[in-house]
Amino acid sequence: MVAQQDKTGAIFDIKKFAIHDGPGIRTTVFLTGCPMDCWWCHNPEGRGEAPTDPTAKTRRVTVAHVMEEIEKDRVFYDQSGGGATFSGGEPMAQPEFLVALLKECRRRQIATAVDTCGYAPPGDFDKVADLVDLFLYDLKIMDDERHRTYTGVSNGPVLENLKLLARSGRRIQLRIPLIPGITDTEDNLESILSFLDDLPAVRRVSLLPYNRFGEDKRKRYKLPVRLERVRNQSETEIEAAAERFKSHGFDVKIGG
Amino acid sequence: MNERIKALREQSLSARPCISMERARLLTEFYGSGQAEHVSVPVARALAFKYLLENKELCINRGELIVGERGPAPKATPTYPEICTHTLQDFDILNSREKVSFDVSDEARREQKETIMPQWSGHSIRDRIFSQVDPEWVEAYEAGLFTEFMEQRAPGHTVLDDKIYRKGFIDFKKDIRASLENLDFDTDPQASEKREELQAMSIAADAIMLYAARHAEKLTELAAAESDPARKAELESMAEICRRVPAHAPTSFWEALQYYWFVHLGVITELNTWDSFNPGRLDRHLLPFYTKDIRTGKLTEERARELLQAFWVKFNNQPAPPKVKVTAEESNTYTDFCLINIGGVDENGRDAANEMSYILLDVIEEMRLVQPSSMVQVSKKSPNRLLDRALQIIRTGYGQPSLFNTDALVQEMLRQGKSVQDARNGGCSGCVETGAFGKESYILTGYFNLTKVLEITLNNGLDPRTGKKIGLATGQADKFSSFEELFEAFKKQLQHFIDIKIKGNIVIERLWAEHLPAPFMSILIDDCIRTGKDYNNGGARYNTSYVQGVGLGSITDSLAAIRYHVFDNRRVTMTELLDAMKADFEGFDDLRTRLVEETPRYGNDDDYADGIMRDVFEAFFESVEGRPNTRGGHFRINLLPTTCHVYFGSVIGALPYGRTSRLPLSEGISPVQGADRKGPTAVLKSAAKIDHVRTGGTLLNQKFTPQVLQSEDGLEKLRHLVRAYFTMDGHHIQFNVVTADTLRRAQENPEQYRDLIVRVAGYSDYFVDLGESLQNEIIRRTEHGLA
Repeated sequence: MVAQQDKTGAIFDIKKFAIHDGPGIRTTVFLTGCPMDCWWCHNPEGRGEAPTDPTAKTRRVTVAHVMEEIEKDRVFYDQSGGGATFSGGEPMAQPEFLVALLKECRRRQIATAVDTCGYAPPGDFDKVADLVDLFLYDLKIMDDERHRTYTGVSNGPVLENLKLLARSGRRIQLRIPLIPGITDTEDNLESILSFLDDLPAVRRVSLLPYNRFGEDKRKRYKLPVRLERVRNQSETEIEAAAERFKSHGFDVKIGG
Repeated sequence: MNERIKALREQSLSARPCISMERARLLTEFYGSGQAEHVSVPVARALAFKYLLENKELCINRGELIVGERGPAPKATPTYPEICTHTLQDFDILNSREKVSFDVSDEARREQKETIMPQWSGHSIRDRIFSQVDPEWVEAYEAGLFTEFMEQRAPGHTVLDDKIYRKGFIDFKKDIRASLENLDFDTDPQASEKREELQAMSIAADAIMLYAARHAEKLTELAAAESDPARKAELESMAEICRRVPAHAPTSFWEALQYYWFVHLGVITELNTWDSFNPGRLDRHLLPFYTKDIRTGKLTEERARELLQAFWVKFNNQPAPPKVKVTAEESNTYTDFCLINIGGVDENGRDAANEMSYILLDVIEEMRLVQPSSMVQVSKKSPNRLLDRALQIIRTGYGQPSLFNTDALVQEMLRQGKSVQDARNGGCSGCVETGAFGKESYILTGYFNLTKVLEITLNNGLDPRTGKKIGLATGQADKFSSFEELFEAFKKQLQHFIDIKIKGNIVIERLWAEHLPAPFMSILIDDCIRTGKDYNNGGARYNTSYVQGVGLGSITDSLAAIRYHVFDNRRVTMTELLDAMKADFEGFDDLRTRLVEETPRYGNDDDYADGIMRDVFEAFFESVEGRPNTRGGHFRINLLPTTCHVYFGSVIGALPYGRTSRLPLSEGISPVQGADRKGPTAVLKSAAKIDHVRTGGTLLNQKFTPQVLQSEDGLEKLRHLVRAYFTMDGHHIQFNVVTADTLRRAQENPEQYRDLIVRVAGYSDYFVDLGESLQNEIIRRTEHGLA
């Protein structure tokens, strides 16, 4: 058996001074691979789609290597209540590697967050749940048909896993990308709210306003751009969405 | 800000800096009168000081609440011919240069030529220095190995403590008399020397009281002629204040401010001390007066703010004395480095932030002036409220206040042997220089070009810019068989030039002590009165001489490039590298790209590069630390550049990390511009690998785009960043909060951005007043965007 420290996985970036991926100052590790193919994806390199981009350096690394990088900013975590965040891509796409990283963090008393799209076998969430201090859990579209259109997969596992985590008392921060005309519609937001009615443990939500960063990146990588004509929301629209959640008792944050 | 302050502020902002001949004329008159001929040097200096204050024109501006100008009008700036006698060519340059210029009238030129030059040329300190130092000093100086602060400006770098709030000059005179009475002419061979010095102090004390009395008289006249009853009453109160202070200890908030201002003017009129002078821990000094006056109803909070704002304008009216040649290059600014300290701890180690701290921060935010500069001392005991308030002001993009780590400052001073009380009562002045306020003369002797030493090492003692052999023959670079051999050669070369510098400084210190004592300043700094010794002659309780290392990032990256490419990976030979550098990388594009892209660079929390940085630090520290000066103290190091990294870069050819010739070096302990690619935490980690406690100050610049700081959350993250850096014993950090685009626009349309203030290096300045290369460099400094 490979020792935990020597397990390897694929990452495409390690970002320090991450200030929007959970509490405090964090280091975010971006794991490669994602089962979804969202139209607005900000990190297409995380799907291994942009191998030629010099900044997207997908590489296989050991747990020990990642931990060495994470350890470097410990003084900042201590000061700010921060820690490590595993993002992607989709960190749950490499469950064994993720579990090894999470165990190392726990052993070294570094707080962890996992930024997930929720699309993974329920058994995998069982394996990591105890090792994660905070789930940054994305919820996109409630209508399954539309979810398939815009992300390429069904939302069934996403909703099931969310219920599972919420009911077993995990700390969850929901993240809802507000994609104009796609996720920010009246219908979709109302459906999300009624779904959450049954999950009173989930009361923290981040609304992520749309920006064209993903499109610019896709152009740079020469990938097909699918949201060419989408405009940014106005402040008022964002505020209205926030109010909608607040009135249902949610603690709402705009942005990460 | 009320109408009065608006008008005073506007007057200050719109005043054109010009050369005033008044001081030079009066000084020349005095020395021409024969009065100086039959007295000792200190007494002559004191009499000259008195003559200046007796005869200089008084300037009381409309609506002013704090009175006294160094020149006859705001920004009318005197010269100090006894220190540096400007030539007519100097005057022409001052008048016409694009940045930091001073208007020089034809009348001033004529007076300089006919009256001033004949008396002072050849006798100024500057002339004496250049004629008395060794030729090898002059060679190294001209090659740009180091600069010399005291060739155009007086030893300064001191800050006032709380003594003037407890004592008037009548009291100081009593202390002086007691010291005179204690002189023992039988056993102390220096007793007569001390007598002269103490008598000089006594004359200087009379001079400042006389100066205040002249203001009282003038204010009384103005009051009599004033038709507006409110202003009339104000002028009468001001006259009353000037009759009391600085003869007596202040009894009110207003008196305290006016008292300090007279003292400030005294110091900057006596000599052109570098840095100007500084009230230091102003929040602590003013709090008792404020509390008492508020309680007795003598003062309202609003009035206190107005008085402080009026006080702030006075600093802005005094540009740094005109500098020429290398001195102008190394400190290219009107700023005279008065750094107000806020926060910190008291002598018992308790948190010292108080109500006045927050009022001062409000004043700083509202006034938005380049002078005085300001800083907040943050100790582990400082409340978040203090740091957050400072960060709120910083994020408005004004570059002030800068942030200092009290716990590090105290450790630095303790390491140097200061008492714990003196250390806690101290702080920082100038850019980032640590000192025991009211008790130390911590003189900066000049910047030192660490990277130039490497260039000379790589050329076996030759300066490639001039072809002159000015260094040691430490071996052909292409014959070094290991990095360690190269580094040993660098260390030898470094020691060689440090020896030359320190030898020169010993000569220079004596010249100042002998020819230009500062009896007025000596009254203010312990223990000059008690010991009967001048500030410039070791009279202070602590006497430190600093050599300021410049370009830590550039020297580190240069050495890292050589080690990585030539010795470790062996993909480039030393010969190839030297050839490419000689060609300024022309025709070596591929090699240059590799050097730029692949070299492990300082500022990324990478021990490969940071380890080399530490070795350089140790070598620099070892070469300077603990060498005795002539004032009973020692030489020490600190790491800051003002604007000298631009000048030092201009004398250096291509560097191994792919930098082409003449470009600025890295500044302070910041990474080379653009070399840091892992964000601010990595920069702070790298910078914290320096042992800050063994320095007398380090300067770290970080630039943030405004977006980072917009939200309260962003502000909190910044606070964590600062606290973490200070936990690691970081000495100082400052933030520029602007976008590169804004700066580029300002460069293109300077007239639209006249008020754009940026943090340069230990001080803030108007962006449009900076030279183009410095502007470009600030634009290049890495922007840390959103994560």
